[in-house]
Amino acid sequence: MNYDKLLSEKVLGLKPSGIRKFFDIAESVADVISLSVGEPDFKTPWAVRKRAIDVLEAGRTNYTSNAGLAELREAVSEYLKRAIRVEYSPADEIVITVGGSEAIDLAVRALVNPGDEVIVPEPGFVCYSPIVRMAGGVPVPAVTREEDCFKLTPETLESLITPKTKAMFLPFPNNPTGAVMRRRELEEIAGVVGKTDMAVISDEIYSELTYGEPHVSIAEIGDMRERAVVVNGFSKSFAMTGWRLGFAGGPRRIISQMLKIHQYAVMCSPTISQHAAVTALNDCGGEVRAMTEEYDARRRFTVKGFRDLGLGCFEPEGAFYAFPSIKGTGMGSAEFCTRLIKEKKVAVVPGDAFGECGEGYVRVCYAYSVRHLSAALKRIGEFLGAL
Amino acid sequence: MEKLVRLLRRNARLSDGELAAMLGITAEEVAAKMEKLEKDGIIVGYAAVINEEKLNEAAVSAFIEVKVTPKAKYGYNDIAEKIAQFDEVESVRLMSGAYDLAVTVKCASVAGLGKFVQERIAPLDGVLSTATHFVIGRYKEMGAVIGNVRDEREPVTP
Repeated sequence: MNYDKLLSEKVLGLKPSGIRKFFDIAESVADVISLSVGEPDFKTPWAVRKRAIDVLEAGRTNYTSNAGLAELREAVSEYLKRAIRVEYSPADEIVITVGGSEAIDLAVRALVNPGDEVIVPEPGFVCYSPIVRMAGGVPVPAVTREEDCFKLTPETLESLITPKTKAMFLPFPNNPTGAVMRRRELEEIAGVVGKTDMAVISDEIYSELTYGEPHVSIAEIGDMRERAVVVNGFSKSFAMTGWRLGFAGGPRRIISQMLKIHQYAVMCSPTISQHAAVTALNDCGGEVRAMTEEYDARRRFTVKGFRDLGLGCFEPEGAFYAFPSIKGTGMGSAEFCTRLIKEKKVAVVPGDAFGECGEGYVRVCYAYSVRHLSAALKRIGEFLGAL
Repeated sequence: MEKLVRLLRRNARLSDGELAAMLGITAEEVAAKMEKLEKDGIIVGYAAVINEEKLNEAAVSAFIEVKVTPKAKYGYNDIAEKIAQFDEVESVRLMSGAYDLAVTVKCASVAGLGKFVQERIAPLDGVLSTATHFVIGRYKEMGAVIGNVRDEREPVTP
């Protein structure tokens, strides 16, 4: 069988994920201290787990409506009102998705025609460009720089807009840099966006994990709501990665089309997770605050750790990643990470996995105990000392 | 102050510099806060959390329920302090409910422990009765889970 002919050219043309490639190397080495995962080390709050157990015991295991459990959509609506001061009708402006990732996929597929350009800030989450390509669109990288605190500048954005620009991503708090966008900066972006007809896909999955001022969404700036799709989820904020649950809020004309794709692709999101998520939104603010506080301490510990080792490290203000620069070592990201894992058995992710401009950096996740972080930093110190 | 205590509870070996970084203050400020916590009697010691089973030293631990008659003037303090002074005793707590003092002790052998209860605790003036329970397994001590805690996160990636 000629599989190359059998398989979709578009899929075959997708580059394998740079993180995946690196994980394969990491898995071949024994006793690795990893700082490479992208998920919380906390367990899901007990109240949420208990709710799922109760739902199972009661045998509530049917599908929900396509858009999601009505009770959850109402809770999400209340949550968005509280968190970003934007109102979305639970009836037709919210869809509950299989993780934030599905929401991103839905938004792109609902918006993009073949040949449309989608602006993708980089370094950024690795799924944006492949999803755009699968929809027949053309991803256009928008470089964010350390000297701008890895924020998207209005100048960069403006320089990339063409008549073909259909949408842009706004992934803040950012994975992998930890950068956030403040209200004033979002207003500048909104000023540029407002002159165009493009949509904004605002990936706010890390919105609860900010370590200074609270998160601000582009959707709350001026009239941006009419073109914004706000994507969020339960994985990071509530330590619910395995529950596979996210959501999107947006104008009903966009959400209704996203819902169409969602219903053909997956019908609805997992029922048990949806019931449990109601408890997460309504009753777990205290747990989220406690986790955020713990991440904050680890964040400071990690950043200081790298700076003490002589590596420049941008001060992340959100998510749970640090993005130290390794330019001073003279090595590229891939070489640095491969050698570090082979020589000192510490796994961090090469920055270029998140876009070419991530070259010269590595992504370090600090969703680990301080003891674990401390052991890893010690080994990285030995590695740097031996160079 | 609260945050510092919380960090120390989990790991008392962090240096002043590390604690300072985590709290966003200076190492000097951490040192001053620690000194105050000690002076105020909030921090009364720094101890390692030991997995006794792995330590492999001949020892038995027990939890003793002690019923006492409180003394007119001193209440429970007098007898509790007397029990607390023995080296074998690891903790003494005044309880509500069916008994008065919860005492944990560690001795070299079962015989030694029996002897300790009979000769040291039971004869104390005011002790009405004791009930001794031997420890036969440990799962969590001072907030630390004992045994292998596996990181179950798998190498998943988009």
